[in-house]
Amino acid sequence: MHASLTADRALGLDGAFRHPDSREALSATTASAQEADQRRAAWMAAAQAGDRRAYERVLADSLPLIRAAARRQGVPVDSIDDVVQETLLTVHRVRHTYDPTRSYDAWITAIASRRAIDALRSHGRRDRRELHDEQVLDMQSDHADATRDAEREQEARRLRAAIATLPPGQREAVEQLALRERSLAEAAQHTGRNTGALKVNLHRALKALRNRIHGDS
Amino acid sequence: MSEPRNHHALIDALGAELVPVRRLPPPWRRAVAWLLVVAALAALLFAHYGDGGMLRRWEGAPDLAWAGLGAVLTTITAAWTAFALGVPGRSARWAWLPVAPALLWIGASGLGCLRDWIAPGTILAGPHQPIGCLQFIIAFSVPLSALLIWLLRRACPLRPVLAAVMIGLASAAASASLLEICHEFDAAASDLLTHALAVVLVIGINAAMGGRLLRAR
Repeated sequence: MHASLTADRALGLDGAFRHPDSREALSATTASAQEADQRRAAWMAAAQAGDRRAYERVLADSLPLIRAAARRQGVPVDSIDDVVQETLLTVHRVRHTYDPTRSYDAWITAIASRRAIDALRSHGRRDRRELHDEQVLDMQSDHADATRDAEREQEARRLRAAIATLPPGQREAVEQLALRERSLAEAAQHTGRNTGALKVNLHRALKALRNRIHGDS
Repeated sequence: MSEPRNHHALIDALGAELVPVRRLPPPWRRAVAWLLVVAALAALLFAHYGDGGMLRRWEGAPDLAWAGLGAVLTTITAAWTAFALGVPGRSARWAWLPVAPALLWIGASGLGCLRDWIAPGTILAGPHQPIGCLQFIIAFSVPLSALLIWLLRRACPLRPVLAAVMIGLASAAASASLLEICHEFDAAASDLLTHALAVVLVIGINAAMGGRLLRAR
């Protein structure tokens, strides 16, 4: 009961059902959602012109929309933050595709849904690989272990080569955060960069490495 | 469950990188730009071959005229749809738009096979002539597809394979429309089969390669 009331409140519907004329209240809710959409559309239009404050506002205001889209696609709770970050990075790359005469909410929801599907596919691939590895472990002989070691060594070489081709900022983020397993604060102190820039560089580096090693399927 | 991340650090970092962007022109404007190139090619072919042969065939076999009209409408609608699918938030249902004109194109072409009379002033295609049609459609489709992919380079097709199918359909239909200007043969079954094979090849190659090219984001 409490959960459903909370959900209704989150959707702005709790007032709708208490109102004597629920249809009227529902249309008021729709109007307020449209207003919010228009407000975000205006911020994004300003961001396209280079207004940093409007950009930060519209991204912050978009977080619930992105989370909702990820949940609708069935993304597990512990992966929703990944989808949020990937969506924010995609929005940054494709912000010029937004047409301010159209709905901002529909635009960002479409991007978030796509990133959510990508996340689900990548989880599926990883799960299949992990299951496969377990079966292999049960069945393989020592000879096969040696072959696997050689393959792993080859993969590690490919990974090192791919890291070496990254732009300096991204390579630094991978070395500091992934290879040396430093915390964001330690890495920031070490490199003199702020933590946000390190996170952006790490995300871009991981995406570039994924594309280079597994292809962009 | 992992600890929720502070997305505001990423938003700050993206805000710090913000620069003004040039908005993507609306789909119709980019579609018109591409269609103008197709129209210029048509003008060149008319200048070389004239319209007499085409009009004579249409007079004798009106279903060929309907097929030509279907191909032209398929070109226009598929080109617009390819650009519309490059804008996040546009419904994927727009992909149904070229279906009706494509059915007119295919259906009217197919009627040619059922006729037992031949359009005046035309000859039945010999065994080698359909190969010329295949070469014509593919030779025109390749640059037209490349141009469409280039015009979509700044877009963000969230369904890259569907967008690539639309690119293939638009290019193949445009090439078939251009072929109509200088096509000397009536719609014999072998000729139609060759056209169908060319169209399927163009769409298939686009779906396989265009999908990869468009997936870069």
